[in-house]
Amino acid sequence: MAIAIALVVLVVASVLFHFLSPWWATPLASNWKQMDDTLTITLVITGLFFVVINLLVGFIVWRYRHRDGHRAAYQPENPTMELWLVVLTAVGIMALLAPGLIVYADYVRPPRDAMVMEVVGQQWQWAFRFPGKSGRLGTSDARFVTASNPLGLNPDDPHGQDNVIVVGPEVHLPLNRPIKVLLRSKDVLHDFYVPPIRARMNMVPGMVTSFWFTPTQVGKFDILCAQLCGVGHYNMRGHVVVENQAAFDAWLAKQPTFALTMAKTAPPMAAGTAATPETSAASGADLVEQGRALAQSKGCVACHSVDGKPGVGPTWKGLFGSTQTFADGSSAPVDDAFLKTEISDPHARLVKGFGPLMPQLPVTDAELAALSAYIRSLGTGAAATPQAGK
Amino acid sequence: MAYADDAHHGPQSFWTRYVWSQDHKVIAVQYTIIAILVGLVGVALSNLMRLQLGFPGKFDFIDANRYYQFVTMHGMIMVIYLLTALFLGGFGNYLIPLMVGARDMVFPFLNMLSFWVYFLSVIVLLSSFFVPGGPTGAGWTLYPPQAILPGTPGYDWGIILMLVSLVIFIVAATMGGLNYVTTVLQARTEGMTLLRMPLAVWGIFMATILALLAFPALFVSGVMMLLDRTLGTSFFMPAMVSMGQQLDYKGGSPLLFQHLFWFFGHPEVYIVALPAFGIVSDLVSVHSRKSIFGYRTMVWAILAIGVLSMVVWAHHMFVSGMNPYFGFFFATTTLIIAVPTAIKVYNWVITLWRGDIHFTVPMLFAIAFISTFVIGGLTGLFLGNVSVDIPLSNTYFVVAHFHMVMGVSPILVVFGGIYHWYPKVTGRMLNDTLGQVHFWITFIGTYAIFFPMHYLGVLGMPRRYYAYDNYSFIPESAHTMNMYISIAAFVVAAAQLLFVFNLAWSLRRGRAAGSNPWRAASLEWQTPQTPPEHGNWGPHLPVVYRWAYAYSVPDAPEDFIAQNAPPEAGGHEPEPHASQGVVA
Repeated sequence: MAIAIALVVLVVASVLFHFLSPWWATPLASNWKQMDDTLTITLVITGLFFVVINLLVGFIVWRYRHRDGHRAAYQPENPTMELWLVVLTAVGIMALLAPGLIVYADYVRPPRDAMVMEVVGQQWQWAFRFPGKSGRLGTSDARFVTASNPLGLNPDDPHGQDNVIVVGPEVHLPLNRPIKVLLRSKDVLHDFYVPPIRARMNMVPGMVTSFWFTPTQVGKFDILCAQLCGVGHYNMRGHVVVENQAAFDAWLAKQPTFALTMAKTAPPMAAGTAATPETSAASGADLVEQGRALAQSKGCVACHSVDGKPGVGPTWKGLFGSTQTFADGSSAPVDDAFLKTEISDPHARLVKGFGPLMPQLPVTDAELAALSAYIRSLGTGAAATPQAGK
Repeated sequence: MAYADDAHHGPQSFWTRYVWSQDHKVIAVQYTIIAILVGLVGVALSNLMRLQLGFPGKFDFIDANRYYQFVTMHGMIMVIYLLTALFLGGFGNYLIPLMVGARDMVFPFLNMLSFWVYFLSVIVLLSSFFVPGGPTGAGWTLYPPQAILPGTPGYDWGIILMLVSLVIFIVAATMGGLNYVTTVLQARTEGMTLLRMPLAVWGIFMATILALLAFPALFVSGVMMLLDRTLGTSFFMPAMVSMGQQLDYKGGSPLLFQHLFWFFGHPEVYIVALPAFGIVSDLVSVHSRKSIFGYRTMVWAILAIGVLSMVVWAHHMFVSGMNPYFGFFFATTTLIIAVPTAIKVYNWVITLWRGDIHFTVPMLFAIAFISTFVIGGLTGLFLGNVSVDIPLSNTYFVVAHFHMVMGVSPILVVFGGIYHWYPKVTGRMLNDTLGQVHFWITFIGTYAIFFPMHYLGVLGMPRRYYAYDNYSFIPESAHTMNMYISIAAFVVAAAQLLFVFNLAWSLRRGRAAGSNPWRAASLEWQTPQTPPEHGNWGPHLPVVYRWAYAYSVPDAPEDFIAQNAPPEAGGHEPEPHASQGVVA
């Protein structure tokens, strides 16, 4: 008896929840309205089925509950009815499947005139590449990856020389132009996921995967990794800025080409957009601000929190000026020299309780100074010790 | 056969009777106890995860490493070491010989070995909590390259122990599985034709066949990953740069692992679901005093689901980067499997129709199963339909879907089954009040946990995230919802302790059950003793004259006719010709 009421209440509550819920798909920002439509079709058909079956069961268990003197009917089968149920269900299933497959047929065929963007993932940061004037992407391979060639482009491939390299979490895209996204990973599986765009694909080391979409809304959208890629997975952040063609062209023109990054042999451009410090002019607050930008663009914040929360690596809050113990039992105060050693050769000494996970990233002296300044600015916590006053 | 002689003088000492027992009933209880214990570990892990998700940052000891370890161990424990072991090793072991009228499994020694090897696999699995680096945090899917590279917790020892444990488990499952299949095919008593077997046996039988076909794929992928990890082979490992270091691996394919894993992994869903389908069919029939509707269609549906389940695996890989044209095929096969599955739902509902429904605890769980299975099955139509799946893939919608369809639903059947057969196993009834409280908290609680997750998933919240701060599209309300979900999860977990307490308390204090408290027709309730003694049937095997669903037969003196009642009692199964045109 109670179970009948419970089923009815569940249906009513579920339907109410659906209509009152503040959570539904993010506003669409791409051409994939069809995906939202198939979702709606599926929701309506399955929602009706859910309501009908549950109410029916609720009614039946109420109507045919045990009462003294009553006996169940004897009806082991009804082949005609069973056949009809099979046929009707099959029709319903086809009604669901057909629109889905029609949309998918578009999904697997990118438009011929689509602009190409390559996304390269690594634990736990993003990088991007666009073809240059020649309109072609040069070849790449994991064995070409070095500190100055983070995307692993073939240095001898002429098509790669004019490719535009964007190492950092922010990428821009032009409005209303189909984009064919090519995806690579340097280490483990990742997934390039921008919820309002709907379309997405895994990134698999050793191969190139792809999908396509057309941005239809101007704005700045989160990029998330949606394939578990290790402890920093939830913090593999980035964003897409969709803007008009002119703004995009201007942005793209400011990004270095592969030839340019390789020419500046020792200190690569590395940090992408606005993050490269101008050493001469840098001072005080500017330096801290540059450090903050660098920490974002180099992906440091995926592992090092700045608010004291536990992470993959030690938090930076209160770090500067504290004394850290190493895995071998020795200890040292955290100062600029300490940070320089740790950042340029992370595996030389490990802070106790943390694994050898930090990648050795290319960092110029100027960038080091900015990062140190930023970490110092966070180090005013209770843990700071007197000898920190350098 | 040898066991016919054993029947009169079963093993006498404590050790041979309860520890190194070759009696299928004892082995079933051993399997069940270990599965429930390891399941409680799995529940505790889920609550630790929910502590972090509901109250991020409030619990210092849950760092990202530990969180991913909890996620991984929770998933693997629940799917393999709880559900698979409990349905096949627990229910399969107990029910098959009793339901088909056999004295024991065909290979009793192998059966005993199966349990102890399973026990070993659990020990190895749990030992990974105590090695340097802790258990693996690669997610229960264990996808390489991540699973064996730095950056993932437990990449050094945890993953090795996980893979070794899985390999050992598969050895155990294979020994048990060969036994179940052989027993069903060879040891049925006189008159027990295949189409007179209870659907519980059909479900377990088909699930076992799937296990024998699917587990080898997991076995080889486990061995291959072990070789990649320990000897540096490159089955799944392409050339890579990990943490700034060039690795020596070259030329392997991470996608190969995913294909092997899901070639096992999807049938695995049905290894858990088919026994649940079968058992719930019996519960619905017995407790509504009505013959199961469309028995033969139900059997055909089980067979069709079993066959189709082997060709749908890549619907887990629509956005994996495999050739996108595979999507058309796998979306189609996946949606086709919905037809036989829907038929089963219809037939359960029609069985209830015009029944004489007793709201016993097993029946409550069975009805709740229909409801949760419907929602879990329907959301499968979202995820199976490739272009609907693309935006939802790897979000909380997926978490909600698979928990409803292969977590909550089968577990409800496990509970229903235990409340139903406990009297046969122990001779005593489980406490009804405790059972009712356990039922209501579990049923309503799991809805409260998983229903809202669908919406968080449509919003786009990815699964396997340690924290969700500073993502602009996730509103504060979603974090609040996560807190409520966590609270519901704690309450549901606490209710499971009531169940465990009930199991222990009723062993001594429960009401005496008698031999057939539910007045059921199937053979396991017709044993000469309750609990059945070694050899099950005394000197003479039962002879079966009808199907297991002779309930409320018109003009019969009682509302059920046992399978082994004399032929003149009536209640025979419907004649085959009546429905052959439909199902053939």
